[in-house]
Amino acid sequence: MIDFELSDAIKNSRRMTHMVAEQMMRPISREYDEREHEKPTEFLETMWNVSRGASMTGDPSDKEKKGPSEKTLAMVVTVEELCWGDCGLYLSIPNAGLGGAAVAAAGTPEQKERFLARFKDGAPKWGAMAITEPGAGSDSSAITTTAVKDGDHWVLNGTKIFCTSGLMAAEKSEGFVVVWATLDKSQGRAAIRAFVVDHGTPGMYVTKVESKLGIRVSDTAQIVFEDCRIPLDNILGSAEVKKTAQGFKGVMATFDATRPIVAASAVGVARAALDYVKDVLKEQGVEIRYGLPPHKLTALERDVMEMEAQVQAARLLVWRAAWMIDQGLHNNLEASISKAKAGLVVTWVTQKAVELLGPLGYSRANLVEKWMRDAKISDIYEGTQQINQLIIARRILNYSSEALR
Amino acid sequence: MVNFQPSEEQELLRQTLADFARDAIRPQTRDADEKDAVPAELPAKGWELGLVQDAIPEAFGGYGSPRSAVGGTLMLEELSYGSLAIALHLLSARLVTVPLVTLGTPEQQQAWLPRFTGAEFAAGSAALVEPRWDFDATAPSTTAEKSGGDWVLRGAKCLVPLAAEAAAILVYAKAPDGLAAFLVERGAKGLTVGEREKNMGIKALATYGLQLDGVRVPAAARLGGDGAPVQQLIDASRIASAAAAVGVARAAFDYAREYAKERKAFGVAIAQKQAIAFMLSNMAIEIDAIRLLAWEAAWRIDKGLPATREAALARQYAADQCLKVCDNALQILGGHGYIRDHLVELHLRDSRAFATIDGLAIV
Repeated sequence: MIDFELSDAIKNSRRMTHMVAEQMMRPISREYDEREHEKPTEFLETMWNVSRGASMTGDPSDKEKKGPSEKTLAMVVTVEELCWGDCGLYLSIPNAGLGGAAVAAAGTPEQKERFLARFKDGAPKWGAMAITEPGAGSDSSAITTTAVKDGDHWVLNGTKIFCTSGLMAAEKSEGFVVVWATLDKSQGRAAIRAFVVDHGTPGMYVTKVESKLGIRVSDTAQIVFEDCRIPLDNILGSAEVKKTAQGFKGVMATFDATRPIVAASAVGVARAALDYVKDVLKEQGVEIRYGLPPHKLTALERDVMEMEAQVQAARLLVWRAAWMIDQGLHNNLEASISKAKAGLVVTWVTQKAVELLGPLGYSRANLVEKWMRDAKISDIYEGTQQINQLIIARRILNYSSEALR
Repeated sequence: MVNFQPSEEQELLRQTLADFARDAIRPQTRDADEKDAVPAELPAKGWELGLVQDAIPEAFGGYGSPRSAVGGTLMLEELSYGSLAIALHLLSARLVTVPLVTLGTPEQQQAWLPRFTGAEFAAGSAALVEPRWDFDATAPSTTAEKSGGDWVLRGAKCLVPLAAEAAAILVYAKAPDGLAAFLVERGAKGLTVGEREKNMGIKALATYGLQLDGVRVPAAARLGGDGAPVQQLIDASRIASAAAAVGVARAAFDYAREYAKERKAFGVAIAQKQAIAFMLSNMAIEIDAIRLLAWEAAWRIDKGLPATREAALARQYAADQCLKVCDNALQILGGHGYIRDHLVELHLRDSRAFATIDGLAIV
């Protein structure tokens, strides 16, 4: 039965999360945007203490639950709220992150215990995922980082970039980095595997922390692996290279779970900008008159309505993709649809908000210009707009990756 | 709990109508458009499916299913996938019955509903849109004034479906206390049904202008009595419009997708070119977006929540995006898209209707 009513449990957690966003994130939002590369230690400690072990920041270790779940839906609602507060701060929150998602999806019970249990207590920790390389972005099958078996170890060599929370995961906490590497370059994607590299492993160096357009509080690291030796059982999935490319597919499948969450963060930022515009208008006594024909509306009203419809469309697409995960349905197409739509929407809505607010929008005295800068990453990471369109196109056309390149 | 799965009953209905649209409607879509006429056998077939009777209480000869705006959106999407014009023809009685079920007094339901639960197709109609560029559905220029115990209607209407054969016409007008709707007999004194209109699209649907020169109706003809919340019907109309747009957009999308997989250029199917493939991706995204906006607004109606905002946003979004989807579908066919041998130009013409037609309170 089609229903858009959130459960009471989700509504309550949304209310709580909104308070966190409003009272803990917004007040430090500007400060840590300006003080790039500095960590909001107090905020991070607090978030760690309230959220560790809970689903709030995505600890994926308790995946095996029975019955109809609302877990993913709850998560996208939470993430929207947190990113309404500040999406850079949200990305900085200590948790197992994308690396944890990969371990949860492809790891053995022993690996889950070894790598994920640590996120339940102790000092704040981060997990990270290192895929992108200077010469391989969207085409992740073109990565050149190698993993070579040497006795009881895998030896990793290569350079990874754009690794979110890489610094915190590799060097500044007892976290880990999940690294994609190839067992045999000649075998293409069939030979790509993910490896877990524990924090402080010799041969893993953070060589650069990027300076960015937005989400400045979140560290984006370059990590070099130089004869980095890790235990044999740190590989996720089988070490056997088969033509079926199951290993690669397995890791790619984690994107079906993470894309709706990234899309939810985009919806949060878009809503922040939209709410700001509406609040300013309300203060000035400007009412949006829904339901009148276009010729009776001001250009401003039309713009705001268009923004509202776009944000709501993106939100519903995110909810659907999340709901499908909770139902155990394959959501590869819908995940990419939500991500592609939300990425475009947040980019457009935040740019429109800056435009509509004139000098108020452009000024760093307000947060709107920051949201516009923060927004753009949503259309790039976790699959660019174009990669998601490619995935959607293959699905709707029933084409393989060979038929539509 | 949030749920994107139609109920089993709704799914069954959806599937039945999808089959009907594909097998019975779609093969006739082009011909109907060229001939400006709905194929003679289709209204009877639609009638047999119970499209109208379904949501009418058993006491008045209907099947007694509760009104479901969500169910209505599913129905409209599927039928409009076949043909927007034919869908609106088959559903024309709902222009009267759904408002009656929603807002009508027991006496009005008793007096009017049985006309639409007979053995054969009976047309109904609604008159909201007016022939002027600055038309506003929430404040029409057609007026209703009290005179003695009666109401007197004055004004001009256009895009009134099946006005020449309708068993009843629901006329929307501005009363002193706000927007109102009146149940009017087609033969009422002072009511003139004009020439059949010639429109850009939805050609198979017969629409007419109406002239109301002091049409006198009894007080009991005001739908729901004085002060009835007629805005709810405007909301429903907009949701119906959005739902129909999903069907039209999907029809154009499917056509373009199949063409793109067949048509070869530079040695491969043009769908294998990202320039084409990405147009199709964007179309798919927007079709889903319109559908979910329509569903949510419809769900609000079913829940008894205010839906004016959501309905207005969904309708505008749907009108914009459906037009864009159809335009891109035509573009994918290139020169062939411009030729009337293919359906996409028809969908483009039909899609332009969504920013104009109104008063379709049929969900």
